[in-house]
Amino acid sequence: MQLVGIRDVSKVFANGIQALGSASLDIAAGEFLSVLGPSGCGKSTLLRLIAGLAEPTAGTIAWPQGRPDLGFVFQEPTLMPWATALGNVALPLKLRGVARSEREARAAEALAGVGLRGFERSYPRELSGGMKMRVSIARALVTAPKLLLMDEPFAALDEITRRRLNTDLLELWQRTHFTAVFVTHSVFESVFLSQRIVVMSARPGRVRSELAIEAPYPRSEAFGTSADYAALCRLTSAQLSEAMAT
Amino acid sequence: MSARFVAPILTGLFMLALWEGLVRAMAIPPYVLPGPILVAKTLVSDWGTLWPALVVTLSITLQALLAAVLVGVLLALLFSLSRWIEFSLFPYAIILQVTPIVAIAPLIIAWVDDVNVSLLICAWLVAFFPILSNTVLGLRSVDRNLLDLFELYGASRWRVLVDLRLPAALPYFLGGLRISGGLALIGAVVAEFVAGSGGRESGLAYRILESGYQLKIPRMFAALVLISLAGIAIYLLLSLLSHLLLRRWHESALAEE
Ligand SMILES: Nc1ncnc2c1ncn2[C@@H]1O[C@H](COP(=O)(O)OP(=O)(O)OP(=O)(O)O)[C@@H](O)[C@H]1O
Ligand SMILES: [Mg+2]
Repeated sequence: MQLVGIRDVSKVFANGIQALGSASLDIAAGEFLSVLGPSGCGKSTLLRLIAGLAEPTAGTIAWPQGRPDLGFVFQEPTLMPWATALGNVALPLKLRGVARSEREARAAEALAGVGLRGFERSYPRELSGGMKMRVSIARALVTAPKLLLMDEPFAALDEITRRRLNTDLLELWQRTHFTAVFVTHSVFESVFLSQRIVVMSARPGRVRSELAIEAPYPRSEAFGTSADYAALCRLTSAQLSEAMAT
Repeated sequence: MSARFVAPILTGLFMLALWEGLVRAMAIPPYVLPGPILVAKTLVSDWGTLWPALVVTLSITLQALLAAVLVGVLLALLFSLSRWIEFSLFPYAIILQVTPIVAIAPLIIAWVDDVNVSLLICAWLVAFFPILSNTVLGLRSVDRNLLDLFELYGASRWRVLVDLRLPAALPYFLGGLRISGGLALIGAVVAEFVAGSGGRESGLAYRILESGYQLKIPRMFAALVLISLAGIAIYLLLSLLSHLLLRRWHESALAEE
C-alpha cells in the first residue's frame, strides 16, 4: 500500500541552487527505506519536502491515504538546552495540547523505550552524544507517528554507539510498525537497516537506482558479518559510485 | 578556587597599605589626599548624610534599570515580530546610545520639571540599549531545526515565542542586564552631577560636589567608595541572578569538575 508518491519533484532555492532535479520516489506503508547519496545531493531537502517544511518548486507529493502523523529526527540532536530530557520528549505532545500529566507519562515511556529510564530529569548538557540522539529519537516517536523521517541521525556518533542504536532502531521498527525513511551516506548502515535502498545522484539530486535487501529481520550482528551482507554492500557501493559519476 | 577570592583581596589590602603608608610618610594633608583609614572613619562619622544620599541614588538606579528592562524587552519583542518596526526604530535607538549622556542631560533637566524624573530618564537612556540589542540578538539566535520542529507540530506563533524564542534569548538578556546594571548607576550619577543641586533629596553625586566646594575631601572619598561598592553590589547581584537562572542548563554556568 502506497503511503506517499513523489513525482518529478524539483527544488530550486532562492539563491539559484538546484538541490533536487525531478526526483521521483514511492514509499510503501510500513517499509524501512534508506536514501543513500553523496553529500550535498539534496537528501535533507527531500526529507524536508516530505515533512512539509518546504514546498517543491515543481512536481507533486501525494498522500493517497492522507497525510499521516510524522516524526522527524534531525542530523543533530536538536534539543532545547533549557528543558530536561523529559521536557524535550514531551514537547510534541505539549504543542498538541495534551495535558501535563498525560504527556509526562507518555514521554517517560518513550524515554524508557530508547533505554533512558532514570534520565528524565537530566539536561541535554549532562548527556553524552549518543544519549542526546536517543532523546531526539524518543521525541520523534512520542506521538506514535506512522512515518518516521530520519536525517543521518547517527552520522556524528562513534561506531560502537551507532551499532547499538541501529539495532535498537530496528527492534523499535519491528515492534511499532511505522514507516521509516532513513537518510544516510553510509553504505554499510543502509544495507544493515533497510528493506529497500534508493541511491541518489549528485546535485541536482534525483533517484538513480533502487535495491532490495531481502535478508530477514531481526537482523543481528551475525547478519552484519555474513558473506551476504558483504556482497550487498559491494553491490550498493558500486551503484553509489555509478550515481556519483553521472 | 579560593585563589579567585584570596588573590584580589590580598592585592587590595596591599594597595591600601601602600596608600596609607605614602600618605603618612610624605605627610600629605587630608584635603589633598586622605588615607584609607581616615576615609573609613569619615564613612562611619558621616553615615547620617551619606546613607540617605546612597538610598536616593540607588533608588533612581533601580527604577531606571527596571524601566530599561521593560522598554528594552518590549521593543525587542516588537522588533522580532516585524522587520519593518525594527528597521524604522533601531537606528534611533543607536543614536540615543552613542550620544553622550552628559551632552543631553542638561536638555532633559531643562525640559522636565521634576528633577527626579529627569534623572530617571537620563539613567534609563544609558541603561536600556544593552538590554535591547542583546535581547534582539537572543530572540534571533534560535536553532533553525528547532524552529522547524515547532512548525512540524503546528505550534502557534505564541507558543514559538514562549517555549522557544524567550528561553533561547534568556542568556543574552541576562548578559545585557549585567551591563545595564552598571550603566544605570553611572547614568544616575552623571545626571546628578549635571543637575548640580539635587531635587528634594540629594544623591551621592551631589554629596561629592558639595564636599568638593567645602573642601571636605575625606567625605568626598567616602561617597566615592560608596558609589563603587554600590556598583560592585549591583554587578554581583545580577551575576547571581544570572547564575541561578542558567546554572542547570547553560554552558556558561557549567561548573568545573
Ligand atoms: N536553505 C537553503 N538555501 C539555499 N541552498 C540550500 C538550502 N538548503 C540546502 N541548500 C543547498 O542545496 C543542496 C542540497 O542540500 P541538502 O542539505 O539537501 O544536501 P544533503 O544531501 O542533505 O547533504 P549532506 O549529506 O551533506 O547533509 C546543497 O548544495 C545546499 O547548499
Ligand atoms: Mg543533509
